[in-house]
Amino acid sequence: MGLFSKIKSMFQGTEKKEEAVKEEEKVYTEEEKETSSDEKKSVKVYEKGLTKSRQGFVSKLANLTNKYHKITEEYFEELEEILIMADIGVNTVMEFMDRLRDRVRKENITDPSVLKEIIVDELFIIYVNDEVLSNKIQYREDGPTVILFVGVNGVGKTTTIGKLANKIKDEGKKVLLIGADTFRAGAVPQLKEWSQKVGVGFYGVEESDPASVVYDGIELAKKEGYDVVLIDTAGRLQNKVNLMKELEKIHKVIGDLIEGGASETLLVIDATTGQNGVSQAKAFQEITNVTGIVLTKLDGTAKGGIVLAIKESVGIPVKYIGLGETKDDLQVFDIEKYIYGLFKDMM
Amino acid sequence: MFESLGEHLQNALHKIKGYGKITEDNISDMMREIRLALLEADVNYKVVKDFTNTVKEKALGEEVASSIHPGDLFVKIVKDELTELLGGESEELCLKGDPAILMLVGLQGSGKTTTAGKLANFLRKKHSKKPLLVACDVYRPAAIDQLKQLGKQLNIEVYEEGKKDPVEISLHAISYAKENGYDYVLIDTAGRLHIDLELMDELKNICSAVHPQEVLLVIDSMMGQDAIHVITGFHEQLSLTGVILTKLDGDTRGGVALSVRHLTHVPIKFIGVSEKLDGLDSFDPERMAGRILGMGDIISLVEKATESIDEKEAEKTAKRMQEGKFDLEDFLSTMKQMKKLGPLENLIKLIPGAKKMGLTDVKIDPKQMSHIEAIVLSMTPKERRNPDIIKASRKTRIAAGSGTSVQEVNKLLQQFDQMKKMMKQFSNGNFKLPF
Repeated sequence: MGLFSKIKSMFQGTEKKEEAVKEEEKVYTEEEKETSSDEKKSVKVYEKGLTKSRQGFVSKLANLTNKYHKITEEYFEELEEILIMADIGVNTVMEFMDRLRDRVRKENITDPSVLKEIIVDELFIIYVNDEVLSNKIQYREDGPTVILFVGVNGVGKTTTIGKLANKIKDEGKKVLLIGADTFRAGAVPQLKEWSQKVGVGFYGVEESDPASVVYDGIELAKKEGYDVVLIDTAGRLQNKVNLMKELEKIHKVIGDLIEGGASETLLVIDATTGQNGVSQAKAFQEITNVTGIVLTKLDGTAKGGIVLAIKESVGIPVKYIGLGETKDDLQVFDIEKYIYGLFKDMM
Repeated sequence: MFESLGEHLQNALHKIKGYGKITEDNISDMMREIRLALLEADVNYKVVKDFTNTVKEKALGEEVASSIHPGDLFVKIVKDELTELLGGESEELCLKGDPAILMLVGLQGSGKTTTAGKLANFLRKKHSKKPLLVACDVYRPAAIDQLKQLGKQLNIEVYEEGKKDPVEISLHAISYAKENGYDYVLIDTAGRLHIDLELMDELKNICSAVHPQEVLLVIDSMMGQDAIHVITGFHEQLSLTGVILTKLDGDTRGGVALSVRHLTHVPIKFIGVSEKLDGLDSFDPERMAGRILGMGDIISLVEKATESIDEKEAEKTAKRMQEGKFDLEDFLSTMKQMKKLGPLENLIKLIPGAKKMGLTDVKIDPKQMSHIEAIVLSMTPKERRNPDIIKASRKTRIAAGSGTSVQEVNKLLQQFDQMKKMMKQFSNGNFKLPF
């Protein structure tokens, strides 16, 4: 069964009464149970946040299916344009198009409306790739759980930490923020302001060695019994060798103080990022063992499609998405909802 | 990283080698490669389409196949077209007005505040006049702090009123500038989405209150296809006078530059090339075309070298080399000159064909350079002039003094020895390559 019908049924549930849809019901009963009001609420948030992203993309896709009664070469060309415009990496799109053409030929598909289900399915396959993906943060039983934030300049690391701190604090955990961006002017006060806004602990020293700030911060967290430590680092372009070395050192310091090192290293990527996103993911992965991506600024018109290419080529899944500037605008990433958000009007 | 356009074209050319000339039929491979290369550089899809059509027409008209290097000619056509598209010539800022008012706008995280600092510094240096920075980002936590710190580093005054109404702040700042004889007022605004109507209205209000000479959109060069929405969004509402492209010191191709010009005709005026406060360059269309194509940039390389190398010093060193008198003192001064050129890997990237020679992935550790420097600096002047006297106990002392090991000292001395031998061969005129 395709993802398409699966998410379709899921969302129809939020809008209409739940219809009995043959076998689908049976297969997904357990999931339906989990689709409690909470789940529905978060779906709504996704819809809202992604509205702007979706409008262009989906109306184009919808046009495409209305315009063409048959699958022609022009159809494929327009589809390719739509996918490229969503920043889904060039290679990913080209391979995707090849696969699609292949399937159309082999399965003798002529109806564009059948094809759009296949499109969603294939996109889903690129992302999931037969893996079991978990968005949950693995908390440690002993000592603080350390989460390290890395990324290039201006992607929203500090803001994301503020938002995530708020989320974790609401789970009843004691949170410490460490401001180790000692390079950018005003970065440490920015994080401090967040800690006050959200009401969590803070440690940071301006204009000092970031690795030693991290060292002292983690020692403090251990001494004062913090559950979760979020570490902010300076933005660095991935081709700057000495800055990447500095990050390596921070990574090592965490490993020295905490057995097994940071529980999570989250790479923050701006949804407006183009093809360079893949290079970013590769470079940071090499240095710090990135466990997940936070895709920020999805409340604009950008689609952030590069995450599909990153997942495909580097294997890092998205864990959170940022949909605004207030402390509640961070959502756990869900690929089904993400793809749904992009394709909603098609269904 | 991505293949450069040159490589793309070479692949395509290889395929059509058997044909006598380039025709409508066999050119399609070539066009596909150009298309991929441009898309990989984040050039807007529509722009790519228009562009490939133009190139195709031109290429069919020229004697591409009959020239000795059809690939080179093809690349040249593409590069010329790109340069043309990027605006032909660079455009200057409009600085009329007393004071001249410049406003920086853009998305969150594009680098407005840092750019404001760099631009103020640039203007002060170039025109030896007095700039005033104005902090109007009243939303992001600590944004005002950030600008104040930059002002302090640059010794440029920052006007701020805390988190008040940005329109009021701008108006007050301008009367303050008039009273105190400032020539330029640079207004730093909060980052915002082009679809955030409320915040876009705020910018419009600032504009109609202060009538800035320049409204500059600061945009991240790593941006993908969404750039067109952002650029047109800001342009429609604010009538931009220029664009500043930031973070070009990364490894992005920066195809967004092309989309800016082609879709809005707003000129790109500056590019941000380093995190340091002098890291702002004027925009040069031809160089940018080379970068988008991954063709290297020999002009920048030469310019950088002439800018940073002290000619007299260089001549002196060259003379000593010829005379076979090159010692570690000279070595040290050569190294200092090299360091002025900035990170070496950036320089390597500027060399055309660097990728083909396998040089782009070369990582040069600036630490290693400073280790070498530390070793030489830990020697006495006598030792530097006559490295032969450096024996075991001196080596131990030098290693301890420079925080390195005896092995590293040995390695350096060996390398220096080899270098000297090579130089001797050079100056004797009987230099033979070792292979």
